This record gives sequence, structure tokens and C-alpha cells, in this order.
Amino acid sequence: MPVPLLDVQHLTVVFDGVRSAAAAVNDLSFNIAAGETLGLVGESGSGKSVTAFSILRLLQPPGRVASGRVLFEGRDLLSLPEQEMRQVRGARISLIFQEPMTALNPVMRVGDQIAEAITVHERVARAQAWDRAAELLDAVHIPDARRRLRDYPHQLSGGMRQRVMIAIALACHPPLVIADEPTTALDVTIQAQVLDLLRELRARYDLALLLITHDFGVIAEMADRVAVMHNGWLVEEGPVRQILRAPAHDYTQRLLAAVPGTRMSGNGGPS
Amino acid sequence: MALLEVRSLVKHFVRRHGLWRPPSVVKAVDDVSFSIEEGEMFGLVGESGSGKSTTGRCILRLIEPTTGDVLFRGENVLQFSRARMRQARRDMQIVFQDPYSSLNPRMRAGDIVEEPLIIHKLGSKAERRARVAELFALVGLDQSHFMRFPHEFSGGQRQRIGIARALALSPALVIADEAVSALDVSIQAQVVRLMLELKDRLKLTYLFIAHDLRLVENICDRVAVMYLGKIVEMGNTHTLFSSPRHPYTRALLSAVPVLDPDAPRGRITLDPTSFDARAPLKEIGESHWAAV
Repeated sequence: MPVPLLDVQHLTVVFDGVRSAAAAVNDLSFNIAAGETLGLVGESGSGKSVTAFSILRLLQPPGRVASGRVLFEGRDLLSLPEQEMRQVRGARISLIFQEPMTALNPVMRVGDQIAEAITVHERVARAQAWDRAAELLDAVHIPDARRRLRDYPHQLSGGMRQRVMIAIALACHPPLVIADEPTTALDVTIQAQVLDLLRELRARYDLALLLITHDFGVIAEMADRVAVMHNGWLVEEGPVRQILRAPAHDYTQRLLAAVPGTRMSGNGGPS
Repeated sequence: MALLEVRSLVKHFVRRHGLWRPPSVVKAVDDVSFSIEEGEMFGLVGESGSGKSTTGRCILRLIEPTTGDVLFRGENVLQFSRARMRQARRDMQIVFQDPYSSLNPRMRAGDIVEEPLIIHKLGSKAERRARVAELFALVGLDQSHFMRFPHEFSGGQRQRIGIARALALSPALVIADEAVSALDVSIQAQVVRLMLELKDRLKLTYLFIAHDLRLVENICDRVAVMYLGKIVEMGNTHTLFSSPRHPYTRALLSAVPVLDPDAPRGRITLDPTSFDARAPLKEIGESHWAAV
């Protein structure tokens, strides 16, 4: 069996309290192969975003990784010196956030933000970085990319901002992208466009995707495999068709039954 | 007679751009008409900026509409005096989207639910307390929760408090403005089940404002689809979802992710030039209207 691109082993994350520590993620193990999309589903508080932050070592105190390993390209990210970790973030693994308005810098031109993502990791001149930024905006289908580089985030619509976020994430052609609820804040027609875009870019750049979402509809559209989290525990993992059609775990069954929409899958609605 | 009839409702917001530039007008609600029968669950769907929430607020006069009529049991509420309007609101209540910002963080749950009774001077202290206890039981909250503050509740419980408050005055019409959108899917299912139960038990009529088409398809009797301030299609839920006629409705429905990974993705992209944005609604089938 080939070595997976990302191999999370027995990850436990705790939040230290005054007297005791609360576990947000318990003994979590999963892996992602190159080019594969793993959907990580769960409700609020299930630990899915904490997992993403732990992988990138962006967790803020009182949160901390208590045990486990995060193997990526043959190294354990959790034991890397911070200096080397910085070479991983953005360049080898990048992150797309839910809320593009808060994730983008409001007082910086879009072009500078994309160019910054490039110049942090590579020695290139500003003009060259801007050229590449224009190509990236083109790749995420923002019309008139050259001119748009000079815009500030508030001049863009929600869908466009999320495209800019994706452009930044792809700036250094990372093999793995973590997308944390990338379409949750968007209207359904815009969500459809962004998902189409992600699917296209995934094929074009051979991306592996860790897709964090609470929406089984998004999972069905995007994921190869699914991991279901509940209260910090991984309750079920498997190929997307198996999870959606024949969920084994009681929690997955309940979660799927709660999803409104009987049109296609035959899962029960809310009544 | 319909319980609620909205006729040619218009709400324009004027945006000023400083001293030297002329103000512009945003037509948030642009000639909207529909009616809701007693006991009906009427869905108003659309994307952000479509005017669905503004429509809901104009009906209650939380925002004053620019022009139009809102008939509740045949009377035009837009002509009511302030005092008369306050009376009328006993019959028309609203549940808001965000259970975090719509409950006063400094008030205890019991007081939040009791407040409408105090405002409308209903009952003695003891009678009001008994009513609050009844309402708590009705929405599935425990009496021991009376003295708690909103932050001590989960999102789903908070929305139950919001529903209890809306039901305190035994309204006939409940406007649910994205009432379950902020909730996790399993909690959402519980709250929706509660709302449906209460509808039967208390003979409620709902105006259910939402952006979640899957949810609306599941629970509403009739649906109106709003786009840029106008209703572009309206009809029985089943008819509208199975044979949408307006290009926008088609695009919207095709964008909803389906739970089947092997389902064909017939994504329809809206071409705004493919239809006349000013076309009036007309009947195109049995109780099926579209602006085509």
C-alpha cells in the first residue's frame, strides 16, 4: 500500500481548564492519499475544525495537542521546529476558511495578498508575483483578473472573495488543501459555483482535499471518503457511497435522517 | 378569506452617497403580492438580498413599507394607529434567525417569555407565571430553566425560548425568519418538528422565510420564490419543485446539492438576459404562478 500523503495517528487535543482539561479530539486517526478528497463531517463542537488547526499547528492556548502524530510527506509535523513548519504552511498544506471577509486583510489589495502568499515562500520579484497572482485569479475564473488585483476585499462579492481565498491557497501549488466549511457562508447558487471550481482545480492540480463541513450535500458532491466526528470522536469512516447509503453507526444514521430532503436518497425528512 | 393577504408591497431604501452625489434607491421589495390561508405553512425562499426578510418585517411593520397593503383578517394593518398596531401584533408574532442576538442576555428565560404578557397587560402575576410554565412545557423546556440566562442554553434551546415568547400571546400567524438556519442539522430537525407539532396543536399559520430549499420542500404547503425583490414563481410545493418554470427557480433548484454522489449534476446557470425581469406573475397552471 502506498504511503498516504497525510497520516494522522491517534491525535488527541485538549483544552486546559483551571482544574481539568477537556478533550476536544480523542484518539483520532485517518489518512488522505495524494489527490484524494476526504470529507470530515460533524456538528458544531465535534472537533472537526480543531483537527484542522492541529494539523497546521495553528491551535491557540488553552488548546494543545496532547498526543498523536501528524505524518505528512514522511515527517511528523507535530515535532517540526517552528521554522520548518512555516515552510509547510501555505506552501505544502494550505487552508481555506469559512468566512472570507474575516480571513482576508481588509486594507490590502487582493493582488498584494495573493503575491504575499507567493513571496513568503519563493524568491520572486513583486512584478512576477503579480503576474502569477493574475494567472491565479484567472484560474479561479474571476473575470478581468488584471484589474481585479487592484481591488480591496470589500469591493468583491462573497463568492468572489471565496475565489480569492482559493487563489491564495493555491498560490504555491500545495499537494494538500484543508477547506474548513468553504461554502457555508455562501448562497446556494454561489456555493454550487465554488464547488464546481474546487472540483475543477482539484483535477487540474491533482490536489488532495481535507474538506470540513456539516453539510452532507457538499460531501456527496465532493468527497471520495468520509469521516464522521461526534463529540471529538471519530465514529465512522468509509467510502462516500457506503456512508451515505448504508451508514453503520447509529450517530451517522441519525445525522443523515435529520437532513431535510427526501428527493434523491430516500433518507427520512424531519417529520 | 385569507388570513394574510399582501398586495403590491413595495419597500425602497434610499442610499445616500454624500453631499454631492445623488442618492440611489434600492428596491428591496418590489411589488410583492401573495396570500396565506388559515392553517397554512407558506414558504418564502430566496438568496441573500432577495427581499424575503424585508417582506416579513414589513408585514409586522417592524420596517414601514413604502407602499402596498397588508390585510390581516381583511383589515389593512398598514393603516392602523400605533396603539391598534400593538394590539394587532398579539396575533402576529415573529421568531428571528439568530437565537444569540434576539434574546436579551441580561434577562432570565422565564422573564423573556413573560415579557409579552406584561406589555399587553394580561393576567395577574400568578396567572402569567402559570402561562410561562405552560409555554415552557409546550416547547419542551424544563421548568427548572426559568431562572437561567440565555448564555446558559444551547442554540436549539434558545430557539425554543424564542418560540415560547412568540407563542405567549396565542398568535394566529407566526413569521419564522430563518428561524432554524443557524442550528446544527440534528437540532434543526428537532425545532422544525416542534414547529410542526405546534402548528397542529395551536392551529397556527406560518410564514416560513428560509434559504434552505430542501427544508422548505419538506415542510411547506405552498412556496413563493423571490429574486431581486420580486416573487418570480409561486405554487404548491410539490408542483413548484417538480416542475419549476421560471429560469431563476430552475437555476436555484439545480444548485442544491443532493445526497446521492451518483446523481447527475444538471447544473443550470442563470442567464439574466434569458428572461424579462419585469414580467408580471401569471397563472400558468392550477395554483401555479410564474413571472414568465
